Amino acid sequence: MIGKVVLALASAAFALAAGAAEPIVVGSKSFRESYILGEALARLLRAEGFEARHQQGLGGTKICYDALLAGEIDAYVEYTGTIAQGIKNIPEPTWDRLVAALAADGVEMFPSFGFNNTYALAVSTDVAAARGLAKISDLAAHPDLRLAVSHEFLERRDGWPGLRARYRLPQSPDGIEHSLAYRAIADGTLDGTDVYSTDGEWARYPLALLQDDLGFFPAYRAVPLARADLPPAARAVLVRVAGTLDDAEMRALNAAARDNDDVVRVAEQYVASLGGVRAAADGGAPAPGLWRRLGANTARHLVLVVAALAPAAMTAVLLAVLIFNVPWLSRAAVYLAGLMQTVPSIALLALLIPLLGIGTAPAVVALFLYALLPILRNAVTALDGIDPTLRRVATAMGLTRRQELRLVFVPLAMPAILAGVRTAAVITIGTATLAAFIGAGGLGDPIVTGLTLNDTKLILQGAIPAALLAVATELVFEGLERSLVPGHLRLRGPQ
Amino acid sequence: MTAAETPAVAFQGVGKRFADWVLRGVDLALPAGATSALVGPSGCGKTTALQLVNGVYRPDEGAVSVFGERVPEVGLEAFRRRIGYAVQGAGLFPHMTVAENASLLARLEGWDLDAMTARRRELFAVVGLQGQLEDRYPHELSGGQQQRVGLCRALMLKPRLLLLDEPFSAIDPITKQDVYRQFEQLRDHERVTTVLVTHDMREALRLADHLVVMGAGGVVQAGPPERLRAAPASDFVDALLVSAS
Repeated sequence: MIGKVVLALASAAFALAAGAAEPIVVGSKSFRESYILGEALARLLRAEGFEARHQQGLGGTKICYDALLAGEIDAYVEYTGTIAQGIKNIPEPTWDRLVAALAADGVEMFPSFGFNNTYALAVSTDVAAARGLAKISDLAAHPDLRLAVSHEFLERRDGWPGLRARYRLPQSPDGIEHSLAYRAIADGTLDGTDVYSTDGEWARYPLALLQDDLGFFPAYRAVPLARADLPPAARAVLVRVAGTLDDAEMRALNAAARDNDDVVRVAEQYVASLGGVRAAADGGAPAPGLWRRLGANTARHLVLVVAALAPAAMTAVLLAVLIFNVPWLSRAAVYLAGLMQTVPSIALLALLIPLLGIGTAPAVVALFLYALLPILRNAVTALDGIDPTLRRVATAMGLTRRQELRLVFVPLAMPAILAGVRTAAVITIGTATLAAFIGAGGLGDPIVTGLTLNDTKLILQGAIPAALLAVATELVFEGLERSLVPGHLRLRGPQ
Repeated sequence: MTAAETPAVAFQGVGKRFADWVLRGVDLALPAGATSALVGPSGCGKTTALQLVNGVYRPDEGAVSVFGERVPEVGLEAFRRRIGYAVQGAGLFPHMTVAENASLLARLEGWDLDAMTARRRELFAVVGLQGQLEDRYPHELSGGQQQRVGLCRALMLKPRLLLLDEPFSAIDPITKQDVYRQFEQLRDHERVTTVLVTHDMREALRLADHLVVMGAGGVVQAGPPERLRAAPASDFVDALLVSAS
C-alpha cells in the first residue's frame, strides 16, 4: 500500500518535472493529410505561446495511438471511424461512446475539424468505362479485377474484410503502399484500390470513385486526440479547430501540398485563416537548405547505425567466445538470433513502443537485435571451425584459456568476424531507414515523407546517401581487414 | 636406468576411458635422458597416453608423474610450459610469423627481446634454419621447415621433457631423413628427454633407445630395442620388429 503511494507520488513528481521541461509533441501518421493537420496543430500551439513540435510520419494507427498512451507524443489527429473500428471495437459508434472509450485510456477527444475523410474504392476510368462500373456492388460480377489496397485497409474491420462480407466480393486483393497503387493504376498494371475521399492525390490520376451503395463505410471525422494530462490552456487551443474545414476545403489543402515545403506552407496558411492568432510572426525555424538537411540526416543515420552496431558486434563476439565450445548452446543462440531476423522490422519497431516509446531507443534496440545474427553466426562458425590440432597445441604448450582466445582463436576467426560485422553494417544501414516510422529520424525521414507525398526527389534524398553510406562502409571494412588480417588469411570473394 | 634414478615419466595403474576404456592398468617408467618411443597400431591409446603426461587428459584411475612430480590439478599452464610439445604437421599458428611462433611462450614469460632473439637463433642454427625465414608466415615454408620451426618452438623455454605426437609422419620420405638428423642434433644439443608417439616402427628404431609397444588398452612390452628383439613378449611384438628390419 505504502509502496503504491510512493510510486504514485514519484511518478506524479516525474510527470510534473517532465511536463515542465518537455515541449508538447504533436504526432502524425504517414500520409499527407495527417502531416498537414499535425503540422497545423503544432503551429497553432506555438502561436498561442506553447513550446510545441511536430513529430511527423509515425507509421500507422497503432504506432500513433501507442505513442500517445506511452506519452511519447501528446496529441495527434485521428478519425472517428478508425477509433470505432481500428482502435476500439464499437459496432454502433456515437460521439459519447467514443469519448467514453478513449477516456478510459486517459485520452481526450476534441470536436471534429468538420470534414469527413471516408474510405472509398476507386477503379481506373478505363476499366470503369469498359465494364460499366459505378457502384461497389458492381464489383461482385467481375472477380478477375486486379485490386490492391493499403495494408491497413486490408486488415481493418471497416476495411476490406467488412467490405467483402457486406458486398460479397469475390476478389482477394494484395496489400500495397498507397502512393504506389496510384502509379500502378496509371500504368495499367492494377485496376483498383482504396482511396481517402479528401485526398487530393487520386484526382490527379485517371480514377473513378465507386459509390458506396450499401452505406458500408462509417463516417471518418477528423478529430484531435490528446492526452488528458495536457495543460487546460493547450486543450483550449485544440478546440479552436472545430468545424473549420469542410470536405472541399480539406481536399484543396491536400491538393496544394505536393512536397514537404508545401505541407508547411499549407499548414501555415490554414492556421493563419483561423484568425485571432496572437503571434503571427511565428514561422517556426526556417527550413534548412538541402545540403544541411542531407548532412543532418546522414549524421543522424550514422549515429543510429553505430549505436546499434558497436554493441551488437561486442555482444555477439563475446557471446560466441563463451558458447562456441558448447554445440547445443551455439546452435540455440544462432537459431534464436535467426528467429529475430524473421520478425519484420516494422513489426518489431511497433512491438517495442510500449516498452521503449518512440524515437531513438526502440530504433537502436531493434537494429541491435537485427545486427546480432550475422556477426554471431560468423563468429561461432569460425571459432568452431578452427583446426583441432591448433587448439590442442595451444592448450598443450601452456597457454591459459584467455591467452588461447586472445592470441590464437579470435585472431584466427577475425576474417570471418569482420565479414559478419560488415554484412551486419550494410543490413543496418538499410534497415535504419525504417526507423523513421517511429520518429527516430535519419535518412528514412525523406524516404518516408517522399513515399507519403509521392515525391521522388525526396525519396532520392534519402536513398542516395544511404547507398553511398553502404559503399563507404564496405570500403572502411576492406581497409580494416587489410590492417587486422595478414594477406594469406583474408577471405576471398564476396561475403 | 638404475633403480635409484627417477623416471622422466611414470604411469602407475593408469586407466582412461572416453566411451570405453582406452587405457587400463598401465604401469610405465620412461627413463630420463633417453628418447622413448610409444609404438602401436592406431587406436591403441598411445596419443592418449601422451596427453595424460601434460594434463590435457586426466586419468580416471591411477597416477601420472613427470620427474617425480604428480601432474598438478591447478597451475597446469606453468607445468605444461616446462614440457615441450610438437605435433604432426607442426601445428604452427598461421597468423603468426615464424619468429612470432617460435618466441610466443618466451614473450608470454616476459623474456626481453635480446634474450628471445638469441635463444631463437641458437635453436634455428642447430636445425639449419636461416634467419631470413623468420619474418615469413608458416604457409610460405616447406613441410620440413615447418616441422623444424615446430621443434624449436617446443624447446624455446628449455624444457627437460619433449613430447612428440607423430611429428614426422606428414613429411615426404626424402626430407624425412634430413629432419631426423636435425631433430637428433637438436635433442643432443638440448639434452632433452623425449617421448615420441609414432606408428612407424622404423622411425622408432631409428630415433629411440627405449621402446614401448602398445596394443589395445595397454602396454604389451617395454624396454631397449635389443632386449625386445632378444625376447619378444608376443608374436605381435616379434612381427612388429621383423617388419621394421
